[in-house]
Amino acid sequence: MSKLVIASIGPASSVQDGGRPGAQRYGLVPSGAMDRLALAAANTLVGNEPFMAAVEIGPFGAKFTARGGAVRIALTGAPRNADIAGRAVTSDASATLVDGETLTLGFARGGAFSYLAIEGGVIGEPMFGSLAVNARAGLGSPYARPLQSGDELPAKTASGAPERRIELPTATDAPIRIVWGPQDDEFTDETRKLFVDSEWKISATSDRMGYRLEGPILKHLHGHNIVSDGTVNGSLQVPGNGQPIVLMPDRGTSGGYPKIATVISADLGRLAQIPAGHAFRFRAISMAEAQAEARKFAELLRTLPERLRAIESVDLNIDALHDANVAGHAVSAVDAGTWHAVSMVDIAGPD
Amino acid sequence: MAATLPPPRLLPSGDSAITVEFSRNIDDAANRRVLALDRALAADPIAGVTETVPTYRSLLVHYDPVEIDFDKLGEKILARAQRPVPAMTKTRRWRIPVVYGGEHGIDLEDVAKTLNTTPDEIVARHVAGDYRVAMIGFTPGWSYLSGLADSLHMPRRQNPRLLTPAGTISIGGVQTGVQCLAGPSGWHLLGRTAVRTYQLHRDPIFLLEPGDNVTFTPVDAKTFAEQDRAAEAGAFIAEQIAS
Repeated sequence: MSKLVIASIGPASSVQDGGRPGAQRYGLVPSGAMDRLALAAANTLVGNEPFMAAVEIGPFGAKFTARGGAVRIALTGAPRNADIAGRAVTSDASATLVDGETLTLGFARGGAFSYLAIEGGVIGEPMFGSLAVNARAGLGSPYARPLQSGDELPAKTASGAPERRIELPTATDAPIRIVWGPQDDEFTDETRKLFVDSEWKISATSDRMGYRLEGPILKHLHGHNIVSDGTVNGSLQVPGNGQPIVLMPDRGTSGGYPKIATVISADLGRLAQIPAGHAFRFRAISMAEAQAEARKFAELLRTLPERLRAIESVDLNIDALHDANVAGHAVSAVDAGTWHAVSMVDIAGPD
Repeated sequence: MAATLPPPRLLPSGDSAITVEFSRNIDDAANRRVLALDRALAADPIAGVTETVPTYRSLLVHYDPVEIDFDKLGEKILARAQRPVPAMTKTRRWRIPVVYGGEHGIDLEDVAKTLNTTPDEIVARHVAGDYRVAMIGFTPGWSYLSGLADSLHMPRRQNPRLLTPAGTISIGGVQTGVQCLAGPSGWHLLGRTAVRTYQLHRDPIFLLEPGDNVTFTPVDAKTFAEQDRAAEAGAFIAEQIAS
């Protein structure tokens, strides 16, 4: 048995998987990955089932060291500099750390969350069929809390399978699509128009429970209290201050603010990856369109294995590698200067 | 009978859930219809429905849009919702011990003052209630009970507390509740129970179900301390009374 030892990691990093639905009637929220496509792509790269547990890494840097044997990994999601013992690691591709080697990840450059899948999955004890961390409920494995320096993730020893990359749909900064409801009738037509006609920014106080939005004030028709009812991932609730909050996977299962609209399921991961401070817009679509998108998204997830490609041999850019070592930062040896990321989620563009 | 029931409103909650709304208010009859529809969907499942979440006034139905679309699911739900509300075939009744007042119920004196009566009278009114678990929500095991006496209705605190203890028994508005985990609350704290409505590594992990009946019984601080130790070791503490 090998393991990945966490030499350093920032806040907002935790083990996540497809989540634990089924107990919302008891107040237990499913949790699970913020960006399900990125999680599924990372797992697919190392031959795992799409929603096995992986490490969800927040915007800050991290270091993981293989101990006791080789560990095969894959990195997807928010673009960032990454290297293994000085060798650049490409996003949306698998790679192997031999015993004692360290994977070093820089800060996210655009995007918010990266996913580090481990061949064989994170090993832990599932509760309600899931390893996903929900610190409030005391759930998650191998640690029922966000990850910290010194934590150890038991891992299967690398199989030696050839490394792969995965071709994901091209990044887009198209508006985040919503359907109205369930309480859009608590707002006037003008307020709903203001909501979709305005630019919004994600506040720095956002987390896995909810993304607070900054923009024009949305006025309620009958005050901001309703009798609590059920929430979903993507519920756009509007509290008393008129600034919407998008409920994310660690939300409460019920809430007492009117919900003007709901982000469509196919766009939730793309929204989760918008970095704090970046402007974006919403666009309202019909239920029929939203459900067609949900079916397309399910098909994309189902066919991820068909998007795997062999990694061709490349001419290494020795200058770039040299620079990287001198400067103490890794760059892609294949494509020096630009980060090679074919990410769905880099809606902010290069910065 | 069935014809007299007004149809619920079907509100889209994104592309993968429908809010089936029976009322906009806290309403006992609506809650009974919510729980009846919940039971009807459990007894006669609709393909594609993944999970149901009952609340005071609505049932949230999660579904897989690959399996069934909004219109088709809505039709099937409406058909079930307009059937007469069947009697509960099985009701569970729990007696939950509570230590009232003092350090365990720091708002008891203020509640008594606000309602122009004594702390003992507040406890007597709270203990006299026959409650039903209307919904469980927000955090694991947080049980919202219906059936609070009118004489105990009062607005929530102006400033919610950021941290209230696990096991808190409180009142707010027309509701009373059993809070399982420590957390924020704007309700008035009357007491504490050793009962864990959510406890990992115990079978069952969740003690109360929506629709269960609950009564409270007062205990002294020493008994609470003993019960709390036993509960930590996995004891239920709550007593199930024959229905």
